[in-house]
Amino acid sequence: MIVELGHFTLILALAVALVQSTVPLIGAEKRWAGWMAVAGPAATLQFLLIGFSFAALTYAFVTSDFSLRLVVMNSHTLKPLIYKISGVWGNHEGSLLLWVLILALFGASAAWFGGNLPVALRARVLAVQGMIGVAFLLFLLLTSNPFLRLAEPPFDGEDLNPLLQDPGLAFHPPFLYLGYVGLSMAFSFAVAALIEGRVDAAWGRWVRPWTLAAWVFLTIGIALGSWWAYYELGWGGFWFWDPVENASFMPWLIAAALLHSAIVVEKREALKAWTILLAILAFGFSLIGTFIVRSGVLTSVHAFANDPERGVFILLILAVFMGGALTLFALRAGAMEAKGVFSMVSRESALVLNNLLLAVACFVVFIGTIWPLVAEMLWDRKLSVGAPFFNAAFTPFMIGLALVLPIGALMPWKRGQGGRVLPHLRAALVLSLALGALAFAMQTGRSALGPVGLALGAWVVFGAATELWVRSGRGNLAGRLGRITRLPRADWGKATSHAGLGVTIFAVAAINAWALEDIRVVQVGQSFPIGAYEVTLADVRDVQGPNYLSTMAELQVTRDGQAVTTLYPEKRLYPVAGMPTTEAGIAYGFWRDIYLVIGDPQEGGGWAVRSYIKPFANWIWGGALLMAFGGMLSLSDRRYRIAAGARRTPAGVPAE
Amino acid sequence: MRLALGLCALLATPALAVQPDEVLADPALEARARALSQNLRCLVCRNENIDDSNADLARDLRLLVRERLVAGDTDAEALDFIVERYGEYVLLTPTTGGSNIILWLAGPALLLGGAGLALATLRRRKSAPDAPLTPDEQARLAEILRD
Repeated sequence: MIVELGHFTLILALAVALVQSTVPLIGAEKRWAGWMAVAGPAATLQFLLIGFSFAALTYAFVTSDFSLRLVVMNSHTLKPLIYKISGVWGNHEGSLLLWVLILALFGASAAWFGGNLPVALRARVLAVQGMIGVAFLLFLLLTSNPFLRLAEPPFDGEDLNPLLQDPGLAFHPPFLYLGYVGLSMAFSFAVAALIEGRVDAAWGRWVRPWTLAAWVFLTIGIALGSWWAYYELGWGGFWFWDPVENASFMPWLIAAALLHSAIVVEKREALKAWTILLAILAFGFSLIGTFIVRSGVLTSVHAFANDPERGVFILLILAVFMGGALTLFALRAGAMEAKGVFSMVSRESALVLNNLLLAVACFVVFIGTIWPLVAEMLWDRKLSVGAPFFNAAFTPFMIGLALVLPIGALMPWKRGQGGRVLPHLRAALVLSLALGALAFAMQTGRSALGPVGLALGAWVVFGAATELWVRSGRGNLAGRLGRITRLPRADWGKATSHAGLGVTIFAVAAINAWALEDIRVVQVGQSFPIGAYEVTLADVRDVQGPNYLSTMAELQVTRDGQAVTTLYPEKRLYPVAGMPTTEAGIAYGFWRDIYLVIGDPQEGGGWAVRSYIKPFANWIWGGALLMAFGGMLSLSDRRYRIAAGARRTPAGVPAE
Repeated sequence: MRLALGLCALLATPALAVQPDEVLADPALEARARALSQNLRCLVCRNENIDDSNADLARDLRLLVRERLVAGDTDAEALDFIVERYGEYVLLTPTTGGSNIILWLAGPALLLGGAGLALATLRRRKSAPDAPLTPDEQARLAEILRD
């Protein structure tokens, strides 16, 4: 009964979304206040209806209602409760329901917190948000209905993919979706502004918090997925340039560009058309990402559904929304004259360079991702574009970005002078070059990757610190330190995010340059050295888990005769899904991870053991978390709250 | 997101990627084999290189690479040998030959074009006043921006 109600409310939500996408739009055109006022309640109602529907599906999963096809295919009575819940979105239909739930949540938030928006703009934003809702609710109900019943319910379910039964991955999709779908707000604002034919500083201010929030979620979602791959897949890789990874990375890059260009709109009323274009493209890449993941068009063997009907439907959604928005853009963009002029050397120019590098980097990822498809369609060439291509073609743009970032961040608006800005950065430059040289002298190999990565990362981190220092003004040390702590949160957020990027750049270079690896056959009781450590295979035994069988090794790690840790890597078999997984034994550390994997028993006795020392592994995700935390700091700044303008307090320091 | 890789395990017997018995005695040769392996695609997995893959076919390819290197092939010769047998598809780094030049040059070309466009726009830009806001709008804008 509850399941039927959930199905029914989903259909009702579609009806509400239809109203939301038409009535306020007409109202805004005709200046009918009553019609425009429909938007807010409709958005709230749509969210509540989809929320009920989602709750109904969750209820079916938790109670293991095996009359539902989706529950049978993705759940099992023996599964721990948390994975019964995460099983709701661990499949195509359920994850799309989550997609529309989050879409409706963003729409409703705009209704709840958008009280300071001009009435017509708010009505139009919500109407566009409603249109996206209509498209995806139709997609859900017509091609991917999660509420289909089975005539003859089986006794038990087929279990969720064991790889998905993991805390890191359980929360990876919701964050990713909050990011993907959050960009729909930027899109709705852009389209609404195009319909109105006006973009001003206030528009820049309204659109930024939404974009920033979406970007923060996307950052966390990507980091979670990458971290999961690191500890779960059994060899410590953390990024593979897989099409589905690229699908989340492209919107991230464009959203990062959009964040920065919206600042220029807000502060200087320039780059308006470009910012609108970025807002459209950011959501476009989210849709492309959804298309890539859902359709399986790029021959990425993915656990989710990949039948053509769904792919075509999403492609249609993509064509309608991108085609419509870009046409509108072509018609109206000319009207958006820039107000603020700026010289070649200025913060604005630096941000243009930032945008250029991010956009081109995104394009490189895009063309690399679709190239196999293009080559096969146009020239009948079957080829692969893999990690080596992306590493070679993408990295230079990130290096360029890291090089100019500290300089650009210190540049004044409108007109700057290199001679004024560069002296501030002298200390940062000397320090980071010295660190790089030190690393080069200390390392054993001749590879430049580690030292260069260190110097570059340090340059960005020290650059961020320099900026805070410069902003503290003049005077004695105590006064400056006092002022630094009182700088607006947006300044701290900016510095934190930038430093996070530096940390991640360094960590990625370090782990690639300095990781140690050892592969060998080890007898029980035998020891072997790796780096400064000595590893002993103490025992291998069979263990029974709640819903799996495990072969568990006990490996003792010592350093200079002192016990460091004991690790228990496993090989698991999930009998219901018939699927083996490896669980690495990892000793996480600030400077390094010790990463041990147990393999197969060997014919001549003993076990295959793979060991790694991964330096600075945690710094990769630590840097990503810093980026996200910086974003949150900025969001919490009084002047950028989502309800910016709701509290009317006098202005403080000019914003960044 | 990396389910593709995990799925690969379904197609293979559960094993580690590079096995201890595959490792060559000569560390220099082994290092070259590892580097080459990272550029070769596991054909049944599609998103993994043979160095990381658990699949049997990947193991065969790894052994083949090592065989060629032991026989005295250069890196390029070993790659050619495998491409000849398995097609261009096996290469994770696409060649720069033929239409692929577009793929390799797209990024740099776009950067140059974009930079040129930005420079031209910057040079051309003059301060053209917008249509003035109505007093109402101005008051509203001032109110919002004051915050």
